[in-house]
Amino acid sequence: MGGLRGDAAIVGIAEFAPVRKPDRLWMGLEGYAELARLALDDAGLKLSDVDAMMTGHVAEAGPMFMPGHLAEYLGIESHFSEIVDLGGAASAGAVLRAAVAIEAGMCETALCIFHTLPRPQNPMGGNQRWGRNWGSPMTEFDYPYGAIGQNYAYAIITNRYAHEYGLTDEQRAKVAVDQRTNATVNPKAVFRTPIDIDDVLNSPMIVDPLRMLEIVMPCFGGGAVVVTSKERAKKAKNRPAYIIGGGENTTHLSVTYDPDMTHTPIKAAADRAWAMAGVKPKDIDLASLYDCYTITVLLTLEDTGFCGKGEAGKFVEAHDMTYKGDFPMNTHGGQLSFGQAGIAGGISHITEAYLQMTGRAGDRQLKRCDTVFVHGNGGLMSEQVSLILRGE
Amino acid sequence: MPKYRKGTEPVPVPTPISQPFWDAAKQHRLTLQRCANGHMFYYARSHCPKCLSNELTWFDASGKGTIYSYTVARRPTSPEFEQDVPYVIGVIELAEGPRMTSLVVEMDPDAVKIGTPVQVVFDDVSEAIALPYFRPA
Repeated sequence: MGGLRGDAAIVGIAEFAPVRKPDRLWMGLEGYAELARLALDDAGLKLSDVDAMMTGHVAEAGPMFMPGHLAEYLGIESHFSEIVDLGGAASAGAVLRAAVAIEAGMCETALCIFHTLPRPQNPMGGNQRWGRNWGSPMTEFDYPYGAIGQNYAYAIITNRYAHEYGLTDEQRAKVAVDQRTNATVNPKAVFRTPIDIDDVLNSPMIVDPLRMLEIVMPCFGGGAVVVTSKERAKKAKNRPAYIIGGGENTTHLSVTYDPDMTHTPIKAAADRAWAMAGVKPKDIDLASLYDCYTITVLLTLEDTGFCGKGEAGKFVEAHDMTYKGDFPMNTHGGQLSFGQAGIAGGISHITEAYLQMTGRAGDRQLKRCDTVFVHGNGGLMSEQVSLILRGE
Repeated sequence: MPKYRKGTEPVPVPTPISQPFWDAAKQHRLTLQRCANGHMFYYARSHCPKCLSNELTWFDASGKGTIYSYTVARRPTSPEFEQDVPYVIGVIELAEGPRMTSLVVEMDPDAVKIGTPVQVVFDDVSEAIALPYFRPA
């Protein structure tokens, strides 16, 4: 199979600590500029090295011309500009696109930036409610029945999975508990108080069977990743993390039309990444898996091949998923404890991978972290991107 | 006006392609589309999602199905539903095959189970729109 040769590497990152109550307001472009500054500083590269950008939107740009806005605001010449629109998988998708463009020789250094930061109130008005668009099948055929947002959809997937394979509340709770243990030693995490299984089971029921501590809490934050060529990576400050495998898959938007709720589109994305990288689950030092809900992690463990179909509940019971454990996973606390900064939530899985690979993860540092599996999930288990990173 | 909910919003706004579906729903008929190659599907489309055929016809569905999966919303999924908790959002597998999301009504939320046979009922939520919900068959 073709695909990546592994000649592009992550060489720098930036992350804002997620916050529930903001201490300042940002226009979107301002947040991009600050994250770019911090990430380039971390990489030891100059602004003039940057010649590509893979980003989300900002409100002030509107639905068009984001690359023009950003090139002008940052003062760069971008030879490859991508707006990556894959929901929670957008960050992983951005890094994948950066690697593809760099290997194809279209550019040499790409900035991947996402944030959800609080904006000043728009004096010009016009705050359209998100997702209420005329002609959107989801707006017309799901929303009238209260099928709105994400919580209900992941609850429906959970019930179907439990019906087919069996899954206990305690098994799901174990994911939240181990991730919280990781967050207790991450000063940037929003939720750092230790919890146990009973705390999860006693938290309020939101959408049966998912309880409050199994659901991400929205907050503000953002992150950036610098991806560059092998040649330039050698001049960077930190150990390069080469992108040796990547895969992507999108099959639906509404959970109603999910082709198979229990065999997710994750598998096709992960299979491509494994085949390209030539490594196996046993070679992985850290699993950095998108966790909007506990169920998301369980299905990701199965469909990325860390365990077999129907075995995720037993797998999480049998393994210690903390930074001290035999299967380190989401060592930053995952979004469940670190915080989910909207569309930028998924970038924390990449920035944490890079902190671990460069020995900068503080009290949660793994003894060995050379090979990392990153997975991003978007929408209603709909957009999927897998990445495999290897340190030199 | 609505029978099963305290609120009515959000009310769907038809497009030219979906208008026949909502016209039939207003007459309390659940309709699906079938393409020239016999594929049946929900929701209203201009092209078949299996073969992209644009030769489509509307037909009356049986209105019968089973609960493929569901959740009970104990907290509102959107502010419009604040007065309605707890309510059951179900993915219904129609007898004809396609799945659709709807509300499951006339049933104790704690008694809902995957596989429960259901039957369509309609709720007139506005002058122009009746929404298809499902109750135990």
